Amino acid sequence: MSLEQFISHAISPWTKDSGPDDDIVMSTRIRLARNLEAFPFPFSSSRDAARALYKHVYEHLSPVTEEQVGELTWLPMEGLSEIEKTVLVEKHLTSPQLISESQQAAVVLNNDETISMMVNEEDHLRIQCLSPGFQLAEGYEAANELDDWIEAHLDYAFDEKKGYLTSCPTNVGTGMRASVMMHLPALVTTQQLNRILPAVSQLGLVVRGIYGEGSEARGNLFQISNQMTLGKSEEDIIDELRGVVLQLIERERTTRQELLKHNQLQLVDQVYRSYGILANSRIIESKEAGRHLSNLRLGIDLDLIHGIEGTILNELMILIQPAFLQQYAEQELSVDGRDERRATLIRERLKLENIQDGGGET
Amino acid sequence: MQCQECNHRQATLHFTKIVNAKKTEMHLCEVCAKEKGDELPGSNSYSIHDLLSGLLNLDPSMGAGADYAKHMKQEEVLRCQKCGLFYKDFVKNSRFGCSHCYQAFSANLDPILKRVHGGNHTHTGKIPKRQGGRLKLQKEVLSLKEKMQKHIDNEEFELAADVRDRIRELEETEEKKGDQ
Ligand SMILES: [Zn+2]
Ligand SMILES: [Zn+2]
Repeated sequence: MSLEQFISHAISPWTKDSGPDDDIVMSTRIRLARNLEAFPFPFSSSRDAARALYKHVYEHLSPVTEEQVGELTWLPMEGLSEIEKTVLVEKHLTSPQLISESQQAAVVLNNDETISMMVNEEDHLRIQCLSPGFQLAEGYEAANELDDWIEAHLDYAFDEKKGYLTSCPTNVGTGMRASVMMHLPALVTTQQLNRILPAVSQLGLVVRGIYGEGSEARGNLFQISNQMTLGKSEEDIIDELRGVVLQLIERERTTRQELLKHNQLQLVDQVYRSYGILANSRIIESKEAGRHLSNLRLGIDLDLIHGIEGTILNELMILIQPAFLQQYAEQELSVDGRDERRATLIRERLKLENIQDGGGET
Repeated sequence: MQCQECNHRQATLHFTKIVNAKKTEMHLCEVCAKEKGDELPGSNSYSIHDLLSGLLNLDPSMGAGADYAKHMKQEEVLRCQKCGLFYKDFVKNSRFGCSHCYQAFSANLDPILKRVHGGNHTHTGKIPKRQGGRLKLQKEVLSLKEKMQKHIDNEEFELAADVRDRIRELEETEEKKGDQ
């Protein structure tokens, strides 16, 4: 398989699309947790009950999908290899929990992978809508429509006082988790983010670094989402999150302009050094790769380097994860093997671009 | 509240450890909680499970002596009739067994929900389109039945018959919807 073909399989089609404010917001995700009244929650259910749930969902939804939501692919986890499963996790289409702990689990996808639904994860159904850029209201509308369609065919566990009943008390009520993935290199470099984050968490929002373990955010990518699901309407939750994200966007943009104004040479130097490393290294760890991809993306967004697609950060951050590298290599790889393969993949990917020297001279 | 480890970030995780009847509280930010992982009560890696079971064990009605013992005993046997989950297992795993558990444990639930959801314990968001209509209908039927009973008690039989007809109408519409 050629690299281009591999990428077109590996990257969800919507990742290539542009969206509002996508110089800073990479993607928006809305997730709804739903359960059916007549079945025990997956966590405590027997194998037979889990199978009955899956059968019930499949039999009620699959015959009516075509006309109403378009073609859906049903992927029972049992039929997939370990690497294929991990790839779904790295694409954020399933959770690690779905593949490790769940029985009779499945993921349902539409063709452009903007809609995914996990069956038999922590809850019976986890509906998810992904969109490029900053599209909270649009994403919620899509999730809401899908939810209405499902509810027309299945009986949800719903209580007037407690809302949508979920397996874990942290999700009850709306069952909604709205999250926005942001690229915040300027706020990180200028150490402003450390001061902003406590304020954000006081507003009932959660910020976490994504890709990579621990507190360090790889590639300066952060996910911001609502923590509370009970006592607020979906619209209020989205408005509050939206307000905070807008402020962060504003702050990041202003800071980028200031860096450009006062430290342009250093910034250009940094972008081209990172490009040099990505285009030439033979071994690269994911942490280092993340740092340089972030720099390169910043250079693209600030027009300091030309001829490279802006989506390269989103795309390569996904591709340089272990399961993808192994799928591309079509074999299992050791850590050293992955570092080598990662460097190769990045070099080859950059060769597909038509790089031109841009704002180096001022 | 500030994190007691770094004195810098907001403490978002609160743990209580009871060793030899001595209670220690820890208030940590997510970063420090992760670092301290091993020392935290309950497990070797912090997670929402531990966080919640920490919360759940902090019962506000927890007192000394006999009351406490009695209270504990009641909780030992509290159980969901539908799925069989014991309340103590809910506390341990922070997971409900089925949707009926919410009713079965309702007496203990609001303080827990308030802690997790910033003081809130009642849903104000979306109501499902189809089932929401049914819920409304069921409520209306219930209140009409009460009204009918009142008329019967007052020997206003004609009025009672009118209400009965209205109830039948509503029940028929619900059946029709169910058939669709
Ligand atoms: Zn701390
Ligand atoms: Zn139950």
